[in-house]
Amino acid sequence: MQQTVSNPILEMIGIAKSFGKVKANDNVDFTLQKGEIHALLGENGSGKSTLMNILAGIYSPDAGEIYINGELCRFTSPRQSLEKGVGMVHQHFKLIDHMTAWENIIIGTGSGLSLGKNAVVKKLKELSEAYGIVLDPLKLVKDMSVGEKQNVEIMKVLYRGATILVMDEPTAVLTPQEIEGLFNVLRRMRDRGRSVIFISHKLNEVLDLCSQVTVLRAGKMVGTISTEKITPQTLVELMVGHQVDLSIERPNPLPRPVCLNVEDLSVRDEHGSLMLNRVTFDMRPGEILGVAGLAGSGQKELCEAIAGLQPKATGHIEFDGKSLLGHTPREIIRMGISMSFIPEDRLGMGLVANMDIVDNVMLKDYAFYKGPWLHRKEAEDKATAIVDQLEIRTPSVNQVVSRLSGGNIQKVILGREINLNPKLLITAYAVRGLDINSSHTIYNLLNQQKAKGVAILYIGEDLDVLMELCDRIMVLCQGEVTGIVNARETDKEELGLMMAGTVELSPAEKSRSAALLEGQADPADKEVRS
Amino acid sequence: MNSVSLSIALLLASGIRISTPLILGALGETVTERAGHLNLGVEGMMMLGGALAYTVALHTESVILALLGGMLGAMFGSLVYAFLTVALRANQTVTGLALTTFGVGLGNTIGKLGNGANVPSAVTQFFGKGPLTLNLDGIENKPVIGPVLTFINEAILKHNIFVYLAIILAIILYIFLFKTRAGLHLRAVGESPAAADASGINVNRVKYTGILIGGALAGLAGAYYPLAHIGTWTDNITGGRGWIVVALVIFVRWHPIKAIFGSFLFGLLDIIGLRLPTLFPGVAGLAIFSEYAFNMYPYIMTIIVLIASYIRGRKGWMGPAALGHSYFREER
Repeated sequence: MQQTVSNPILEMIGIAKSFGKVKANDNVDFTLQKGEIHALLGENGSGKSTLMNILAGIYSPDAGEIYINGELCRFTSPRQSLEKGVGMVHQHFKLIDHMTAWENIIIGTGSGLSLGKNAVVKKLKELSEAYGIVLDPLKLVKDMSVGEKQNVEIMKVLYRGATILVMDEPTAVLTPQEIEGLFNVLRRMRDRGRSVIFISHKLNEVLDLCSQVTVLRAGKMVGTISTEKITPQTLVELMVGHQVDLSIERPNPLPRPVCLNVEDLSVRDEHGSLMLNRVTFDMRPGEILGVAGLAGSGQKELCEAIAGLQPKATGHIEFDGKSLLGHTPREIIRMGISMSFIPEDRLGMGLVANMDIVDNVMLKDYAFYKGPWLHRKEAEDKATAIVDQLEIRTPSVNQVVSRLSGGNIQKVILGREINLNPKLLITAYAVRGLDINSSHTIYNLLNQQKAKGVAILYIGEDLDVLMELCDRIMVLCQGEVTGIVNARETDKEELGLMMAGTVELSPAEKSRSAALLEGQADPADKEVRS
Repeated sequence: MNSVSLSIALLLASGIRISTPLILGALGETVTERAGHLNLGVEGMMMLGGALAYTVALHTESVILALLGGMLGAMFGSLVYAFLTVALRANQTVTGLALTTFGVGLGNTIGKLGNGANVPSAVTQFFGKGPLTLNLDGIENKPVIGPVLTFINEAILKHNIFVYLAIILAIILYIFLFKTRAGLHLRAVGESPAAADASGINVNRVKYTGILIGGALAGLAGAYYPLAHIGTWTDNITGGRGWIVVALVIFVRWHPIKAIFGSFLFGLLDIIGLRLPTLFPGVAGLAIFSEYAFNMYPYIMTIIVLIASYIRGRKGWMGPAALGHSYFREER
């Protein structure tokens, strides 16, 4: 896209912000033109979110100036930023569950006593049509899917007439079809003269959608480049600062007897609705079985059922010939099954935020110590090994976990689980929100485990990664298995349709799927192996 | 009108009168909790309000000034609470409990200075009037309509202005919370201060407002006891009803209109407990009908409501989502 460089809508000059000793932003410059979609790229902890939170008035900068339409702005609250036309859609939505869409949208706007519901709903309908956003203004947020919630957030920005839209990792939780819908909305906004700042880790998305990209590294600005002149490879090198191999390794699994056998596994939630419906699959040592599906399709329940956290599950789960149902989580850990689940907020499950790395490592260990005392030295050594092996960025192993950046927190969880030398590793959303470099560290770790003969159940979001990393992919839709496919042969469209539950398998595909279900190696694999 | 229906009418009337401070207190706590702050200091604020109202009434003989004094006294308590929990982000439970201890102590200390003097007659007479009372001369003895009107008159219409003020305030508060922009903002802060903040709402200002309104209403509730109910000061004049208010707010699920009926139910239990020995001398000896047992029933009802709402739908609304949590914008 052509643009007039002389007419920036936003200029941020010399922005600096420190949290304690960490310089999250160090003399960062950022320029945004009118009517462009501008990507902001960088590894975890490179300062993207900090920079955008400063723009949105949530953090106040230690130094630097912000000009919007040439006017110097000092934001001490989000309100001032909103008034200057900046609207931010946060990575973790800032919506009120027990209010409707239209109530969420008008919060903080307007003056006077009355809410003017009818006028609001009418204006929302007009905006919906103009930008192609599907939205029911009267629906409660708690009843919405992730995609719908994001539409509310975008509508909130449009309703205020914002000219600068900031989107912080908006595609992390969407299906391929939803992502395409979002991109169309963003393109329409661009065509109507609004500007978009787009934060993502997915390089193909950045190259597809954006015209300019600004790269940050370790809080410093690396540069701004037009996406026409750049390849994913160079982008990664700019982000990381050195050459990186972007391809994901996939060693072939060895033919081994089945170690995990799940049959007719059903789980009901506390209200009695069926979250997992007669799930059947098996796994072999040294295999990565991917699990794809929209958020809330039963992934969590599946992990929990195997790890012993769903005592009311019915069906059969057999591991090395022993039934797992009816055993406590600790007994299951002793059998060599380890689970790491990265929830959306990254801290909700698995780690205690206010304890340091050593204590968190001990959480999974202490039950196996002899006598009443904790062996802190031993745990400290383990923690140090994990920190070194996974390149966790922390001042020391005695750092409180909540002070680490998201990516490093995830490495602590995964490192701790791997450290237990499991035979079956369940890992859900291991790379959620992680940058390329950290993600690849984790893929390599998983492949190392695979080579050691560990069976890995990999629950993921990014279909590209699932297709590159896993041996087989099982797709869940509303708690049911809609198919198990060979990851080497499937494509995004097939997976997307199965995720939506609308796929009609041809008889040939059905028998192939059935064969895969039985755990027989796919014919296609044999050729590769022989 | 026969004596049975008259005593029922009088029982209802007493229930309404005794429930009035409960309504006021519950309205205040509802606003505070809707803004996301659990203030367990209601009992303390009511004591402060009562003591100040009593003292001001003694010295000025003015109804308006006494009520204002009561409100300001309790608002002082809520301001301390607000400063600690909003600005300093102190633990709300601990701060509220401390406020109760402080308020009860200070209230009793101030109240004692009046040496048990009666509230001036100018004030008691004002609260003795029933502005809505019907004059039933001549109708009283007509068939059907006579007894019905007498019953309504005795039960509902002979109350002092405080009673109607509480009901009007409940309606105003309902409109404020659910029909106005400011009310939406207050509820938004109680549900998710981060979302409210990102939407441009001044979170701390809303919180202070909610807590101070809560204090003012608790002050009115406290003022009711010396001015309109007892007519003088006695130690611990509110008698733990501040705690009933805390339970009541949960019982009525943070809803101003339901607070009227919930308060009436709790008030009726209170009065039945007191009157039972005279009404039915036979059963009063049973332990479960003693006045102490009746003090316990509101809590049992609250527990039943909590269990019922838990069973009815754990996905349903269980009170303001951010209730009890401090908010700091730059928290990572």
